Amino acid sequence: MPPLTRWYIKSALAYLMAALLLAVVLALPSDLPTFIRFMNPAYFHLFLVGWVTQMIFGVIYWMFPIITRARPRGNERVGWISYILLNVGLLLRLIGEPLVSTRPETGAGWLLAISALLQWLAAVLFVILAWPRVKEKYRGE
Amino acid sequence: MPHLSQWIIRTAFIYLLLGFTFGALLLTHKGIPLHPALWGWLPAHIEFLLIGWIVQLTMGVAFWILPRYWKHPRRPNEIYAQIAFVLLNLGIWLVVAETTFRAGSWVLLAGRVVEVGAVVFFGLHAWKRIVSREGA
Repeated sequence: MPPLTRWYIKSALAYLMAALLLAVVLALPSDLPTFIRFMNPAYFHLFLVGWVTQMIFGVIYWMFPIITRARPRGNERVGWISYILLNVGLLLRLIGEPLVSTRPETGAGWLLAISALLQWLAAVLFVILAWPRVKEKYRGE
Repeated sequence: MPHLSQWIIRTAFIYLLLGFTFGALLLTHKGIPLHPALWGWLPAHIEFLLIGWIVQLTMGVAFWILPRYWKHPRRPNEIYAQIAFVLLNLGIWLVVAETTFRAGSWVLLAGRVVEVGAVVFFGLHAWKRIVSREGA
């Protein structure tokens, strides 16, 4: 398993744990701090982007047919950039979304715009990386 | 990877990009208001990512990687998987036609029924491939 896949899958597991812990907190019967109450969308995205999509990215990078023996998985640097953008983007959302809802005067709206851009770029880069590997098995020719 | 899987997985990638594009616009709009009509795309964002990306990618990988038969055709009843692919994508766009473009409640119902049909056809293809190495 390549190092990038190990990072993807371990990060995915960490997000799964974070998403489920956040779900526990959101389900508490007591009055939650306002900041936490606005984290419901963050819970869904921790789960679906942080866990599901990131796990899929890691497994695709590992298991899809190689391009050539010399360069089996394409440009690895693109993969690392995509991984970093996805995770930084997701973490910015985690902070920015409740901040925008509870303290709009802080100008945190830009955090969400940056988060959106980073996550979108991560998806674009990953598709660019993985697209050539959607192919028949490499037979050495 | 067989041709049908290539089609299904590439289509899933396109939905990933569509879903992330609408998601990015919606998230930006939350922080910096762009246009109020953007919220109308929220159901499409969800449909593209849950059905178009995750379900479709799963089907494409399953068609590729589930155990194959020793004799030809190695992946029998491929036509059922092809029908599932068409139905799933038809269903997605019927659902989006209603949830985003207000095409009528019957269109939403039709879309959901067509999506169920896609799963039935995929099941008809895949069921007999879900076996141990000995074929049991």
